[in-house]
Amino acid sequence: MPIVDKETAIDCCLLAGRLMMEAGAETYRVEDTMARMAETQQLSATHSFVTPTGIIFSPGSPHHTKLIRIKDRTTDLEKVALVNDVSRKLSTNEYTLEEAYSKLQEIEKTNVMFPLWLQIIAAAVASGCFLILYSGLWMDVPAAIFAGGVGYVIVTKIHELTRVKFFAEFVGSLFIGLIGFTAVQTGLGLELDKIIIGSVMPLVPGLLITNAVRDLMAGHFMSGLSKGAEAFLTAFAIGAGVALVLSF
Amino acid sequence: MTWIVQAILSFLAATGFGIIFNAPRRMLFYCGFVGMTGWLVYSLFNGISSDPVQASFLGAFMVALVAHIFAKRFRTPMIIFSVAGIIPLVPGGMAYNAMRHIVEQDYLTAISFASGAFMVSGAIAMGLVFAEVIIQLVFRSGIGRKRGKKL
Repeated sequence: MPIVDKETAIDCCLLAGRLMMEAGAETYRVEDTMARMAETQQLSATHSFVTPTGIIFSPGSPHHTKLIRIKDRTTDLEKVALVNDVSRKLSTNEYTLEEAYSKLQEIEKTNVMFPLWLQIIAAAVASGCFLILYSGLWMDVPAAIFAGGVGYVIVTKIHELTRVKFFAEFVGSLFIGLIGFTAVQTGLGLELDKIIIGSVMPLVPGLLITNAVRDLMAGHFMSGLSKGAEAFLTAFAIGAGVALVLSF
Repeated sequence: MTWIVQAILSFLAATGFGIIFNAPRRMLFYCGFVGMTGWLVYSLFNGISSDPVQASFLGAFMVALVAHIFAKRFRTPMIIFSVAGIIPLVPGGMAYNAMRHIVEQDYLTAISFASGAFMVSGAIAMGLVFAEVIIQLVFRSGIGRKRGKKL
């Protein structure tokens, strides 16, 4: 096989790894996918070092080791599924390397997210459900739904605007706290604690926490610790926003 | 009656999280189902033993088990189903209470809530990992291989 092809294969592996990591896949899955894709392209003795902020991939001599930077991470499960599908089809020879590579580039460009309004409704409904699941009162449900929806909108919009995730989460939870407080003051709600807990749930870094501990248990200490740090900062930002309201 | 309400609400909540995390459209129903089983197991055992750590472990174990079955069936990564299912078990309430007591400068109560939250999230992760290990063992054995083909 000519050397040019191998370079494409390496790029293909790296792109797949980056897309999966950006979409919030587990570290071990990213390494596994990259190794499997490399194997189908007759690249033996590959090593990859995957962290949440960058991937180092060494395809073995005579090829150069490559590094790819991961700038921001979201949770986009559909993308994980799509990349996984491409890698599976590549290993069963359903796709050629070129097809797989162009498919991955296509996935990189397309935005498969649900529309924002649907996400907001989902966040609002989930907030209302959590209120009852955490043994809240039915009369607090409207307040929780409203606060949860507003909080989610604020976090998304401020994150788009400032690109600072922790600030966005701080402001979002601040508004959730304020809405809950106002609802209780005006008699539209009874239990401030339950309203806030319910509506803060869409912001809680549940995926990060579980992924962090999973990575630690799998021996990926670097990514486990950095994901844990991210989760801690997010939790702290949410807590600080709520705490500001409570301290009045 | 409460069980039915809890089942419906946890289903809705997990589906909502499926939308927020952008799960593939045709998998949303299964995300909700995974969340529902996890929550029902959790609240059942929370009622029996009133120890959230054990209940969270069992809930997460159940979530990972069902998520793994779906993942094998639809040939997608397991994370799609497990993420939304785990969310209802996350100790948001305890973390909130810890924060609240810190603000009120009642640090002793805050620490007890915070350690509770830490234990519960540890239990959730343990449940996930244990289920995965057991499933791998089962699928490696002969019985599992046969059943794997059927799935």
